[in-house]
Amino acid sequence: MAEQAHTHEAHAHAAPTGFIRKYIFSLDHKIIGLQYYFLAVVAVIVGMFLSLLMRWHLVWPTAKIGWLETLFPAGAAGGVMTPELYLSLMTMHGTIMVFFVLTTAPQSGFGNYVLPIQIGAADMAFPVLNMLSFWITFLSFVVMIAAFFVTGGAPLSGWTAYPPLSALTETGPGQQSGQTLWILSLALFSAASLLGALNFITTTLDLRTKGLSLMRMPLTCWTWFITAILGLLAFAVLLAGGVLLIMDRVAGTSFFVPGGLVVSDKVINHSGGSPLLWQHLFWFFGHPEVYIAILPGMGVVSQVLSTFSRKPIFGYRAMVFAIIAIGALGFGVWGHHMFISGMSPYSAMAFSVLTMSIGVPSAIKTFNWIGTLWGGKIRFTSAMMFAIGFVSLFVTGGLSGIFLGQPPVDLFFHDTYFVVAHFHMIMGVASIFGMFAGTYYWFPKMFGRMMNEGLGKLHFWITFVGVYAIFTPMHYLGLFGHPRRYSEITGVNYLAKSGAGEIHLFMTIAALITVGAQLLFFFNLFWSLFKGKKAPVNPWESTTLEWTVPSPPPHDNFGGYEPVVNHGPYEYSVPGAPKDYVMQSDPAGVAATGH
Amino acid sequence: MATLVAPPKPPVTGHGGGYGDGRGGGRDGGALAIRRYKTGTWLGLGAVVMLFAAFTSAYVVRQGMSSDWRAIRLPSILWLNTAVIVVSSLTFERARRDRQSALLWLGATSILGVVFLAGQYVAWQQLRAAGVFLASNPSSSFFYLLTGAHGVHIVGGILALLYVLGKAWTVGGWVNRQAAVEATALYWHFMDGLWVYLFFLLKVGGRQ
Amino acid sequence: MPFLLAVVIWAVSLGLAIPFFTRTWWFPQSINEHGRQVDQQFMFTLVVTGVVFILAQAALGWVVLRFGRPRAGAANYSHGNNTMEVLWTSATAVLFIGLTIMGQRVWARVHFMGAPEGAIPIELTGQQFVWNIRYPGPDGKFGALDIKQINDQAGNPLGVDSKDPAGKDDITVPTMAVPVNKPIELRLRSKDVTHSFFVPELRLKQDTVPGMVIRIHFTAEKVGRYEIACAELCGLGHYKMRSFLDVMEQADYEKWLKEHAPQP
Ligand code: HEM
Ligand SMILES: [Cu+2]
Ligand SMILES: [Cu+2]
Repeated sequence: MAEQAHTHEAHAHAAPTGFIRKYIFSLDHKIIGLQYYFLAVVAVIVGMFLSLLMRWHLVWPTAKIGWLETLFPAGAAGGVMTPELYLSLMTMHGTIMVFFVLTTAPQSGFGNYVLPIQIGAADMAFPVLNMLSFWITFLSFVVMIAAFFVTGGAPLSGWTAYPPLSALTETGPGQQSGQTLWILSLALFSAASLLGALNFITTTLDLRTKGLSLMRMPLTCWTWFITAILGLLAFAVLLAGGVLLIMDRVAGTSFFVPGGLVVSDKVINHSGGSPLLWQHLFWFFGHPEVYIAILPGMGVVSQVLSTFSRKPIFGYRAMVFAIIAIGALGFGVWGHHMFISGMSPYSAMAFSVLTMSIGVPSAIKTFNWIGTLWGGKIRFTSAMMFAIGFVSLFVTGGLSGIFLGQPPVDLFFHDTYFVVAHFHMIMGVASIFGMFAGTYYWFPKMFGRMMNEGLGKLHFWITFVGVYAIFTPMHYLGLFGHPRRYSEITGVNYLAKSGAGEIHLFMTIAALITVGAQLLFFFNLFWSLFKGKKAPVNPWESTTLEWTVPSPPPHDNFGGYEPVVNHGPYEYSVPGAPKDYVMQSDPAGVAATGH
Repeated sequence: MATLVAPPKPPVTGHGGGYGDGRGGGRDGGALAIRRYKTGTWLGLGAVVMLFAAFTSAYVVRQGMSSDWRAIRLPSILWLNTAVIVVSSLTFERARRDRQSALLWLGATSILGVVFLAGQYVAWQQLRAAGVFLASNPSSSFFYLLTGAHGVHIVGGILALLYVLGKAWTVGGWVNRQAAVEATALYWHFMDGLWVYLFFLLKVGGRQ
Repeated sequence: MPFLLAVVIWAVSLGLAIPFFTRTWWFPQSINEHGRQVDQQFMFTLVVTGVVFILAQAALGWVVLRFGRPRAGAANYSHGNNTMEVLWTSATAVLFIGLTIMGQRVWARVHFMGAPEGAIPIELTGQQFVWNIRYPGPDGKFGALDIKQINDQAGNPLGVDSKDPAGKDDITVPTMAVPVNKPIELRLRSKDVTHSFFVPELRLKQDTVPGMVIRIHFTAEKVGRYEIACAELCGLGHYKMRSFLDVMEQADYEKWLKEHAPQP
């Protein structure tokens, strides 16, 4: 290989041989991407399992489940779940889903795997950092899970961990070492995400191949790029908040804990801290975080919709500007989580206006997706169905945000199930749909085999109807004024009376079925790994660079050659071209296309 | 290697790590690596800025809203430490300009870095001797927090310096390591400036 | 496939929307002017988002149906349409931001204006997992608090200072009584962690933050018993941290005050 002489960098083009260097401490972005992906698969299984336990408890709070005691000796003595165990499961469910699933798979998983190939690079800019990010994330996951097994169990202060609840060990079981481990885990996660973000941005800026100007990048690259910028700015702030919180807990400082507190008749020895300060720091991170979760999904959906409509994406420029606008505005709206927190009501108005403005680029994206389908020749692959499902969920979840973004309406809905419905629709399942679309779409590239389309479609039908069945009724619970994070509905009469019980029962049944249907997906995933049909180089007749290399791609992606890009990313159905798609790397002058 | 089913292959231009030229092709490996390292370092510094911006806003809010803030007397050795770290930036620059004696100046920079850390530690000891501990008062909490967080970053800088030094020593000449040197220099100057900022914040902002 | 997908998209969307029209599951009735205004703002929002929701989901289903069926010829080669882009951007901007500005009026009434002259002051203090409600008594002044004197068993959960004469006539009770049609000024505090005062019928919710005293005000216009729920996660008993708001006629209220006055 000629260029090896010129290679000064750690990432040599020769593939490593030993198993450990190849699959465990690998520097190859593709392996690291898969490591992230499978970490997220493990995490999502844990997270779903926890959600089923919660759903069960909400309907049958006194049910005896023998094995629950084995799992949580303290939280489920006699097999009956205690309220504190419910809250621990909820906290861990939320945390695991947000961080180890939604931040991990769409960005670090798919992004790592696909971004370098789509921009024609041999690897990420800093392979060693890349490996480090993954292993710190992994460590962070281990620390998080360990919180279940320490005295007092996992923390119960929710994924938002508001102090003083999260800052004082006296406030409940789980608020001892469990909460400390939780913060530690998120600090590690933040550090790993910072390294990852830096790597993604540098890669996008400096490693693009010849001819690949920014405005020729696939929208997936744009979303990974902007997401990385959000991560770089946001996770640093979460890290700062985590450091302060942990100091309040273990070093006796008073950043967040005010004076004069009495917890269960015990006078607390802190003074002067501000609980709202944490909320500001947390949500300054937290709101961008929800875009970190959803933006990569938007990228995948754009790519998939364009591919299977056989049409260029509608309004590429508008899409890019919308992504940038969402990213930028995303840093100015954190206060919408704090309308009733005691924050200045005047700033609430400013936050509200900014929040509603962010609805505009989101709406642009929706319109453009529909515009992309318009006039297309749609091919109904599993990936495409999930992408279309994503659009539907995004509309539903986005519009409930319009209620929550207005302080006077949020006055009623804040911290009710309406919020739970909103964020599950838009951040939870919409992102998950993006991940499914990405999986069905890139699986052939990643593993050289096709997934089973029939199973994939069955999986889609049940999941799509299922998630609507689970999360739609939560809106109505919100109308009742059903507060979230209630382990039972028996504590307040107005809930027990209003019919909330039956609604909960319906949602639990829907959740059991929907989660059950995910077995189809996991079965398909693992079965296809070994038994799937062999995948050609470009099974979907897509246009971007990853579809020019073998499936799976060789160690350095392009076999030592430097691809040259001559076209925008979504040149489908170009009149006069020999095929209905023109690869980005096809020679300039479309008619000359041909492999 | 598996066959490629790619369009006609352009000539191999062969530069290190990644194919990208990003901005117009044909650069040799060294220049690309330098740019990549610099971009990465700038971005890392962006994260550092956010971290300290978050601390600063906490500092301002915590001080502004509370009645329990009591200013602490900062140990005067901090002036000396400030001088040390400013000089270390100068020695680093000297190393970059003067390749003949670069090893010498890089060594000096590292030593000054260690001296700075030792000086910060002395400042901590003096405060503790005066009965000012981490949890004594929000102002002291912030003092330990900010100096500590900055110190951790300096440790990182010293490690980077040692790495560069080690390479320069063993590989001989540092041309190959220029990317790392440039990145470390950027980082080091930034930490210098960050300290001056923090010192100012603690000195001026800490007064009640 | 296209037909089925379109139908399913429409079905789940209607499934979500219809109960909003039939009001099968709905708010508890609001009991004051503020509540009615909140409801009105909600209805505006519901109409706007409802129309957008139906149009968007209908369009999505329709394009799937229309362009999913096999047909001759190629897909349109089009990169978009700037006029459309500008049109729908400005339309959504006007709609969304217009809604917000409309809503500010309601917000301003609760939060920018203080309680009206002569409002009855009541202090509400959250604690894991009960509410403590304190009235200043005939002197109209709350007694000073001293956390060292807190004693739940002795009926002094707030630690009203026994040395402060203003505190002698303070009434501390676990449920809240208010006279109908009289403005109330609430001072919200917390002893330990953050809780949130929530009475659905009042359309009012406000966190009680330790270290802060937050003032809000309301007037209840309908006699009855309403529940106060806690809306901010405060620990394991969060779900059952409730109390009652008893709205009564003026005469009953005065009787209630007398009955609960501390015995000298
Ligand atoms: C299998 C589907 C799922 C079910 C049945 C489910 C169910 C639940 C339930 C019952 C709660 C507790 C609500 C409460 O008590 O207030 C909850 C909370 C939550 N869920 Fe899910 N969930 C699912 C998927 C997801 C996904 C994909 C995400 C990813 C974002 C997610 C994120 C969250 C978060 C952030 C919370 C809030 C936790 C907190 O309050 O701190 N969930 N979920
Ligand atoms: Cu937000
Ligand atoms: Cu509560």
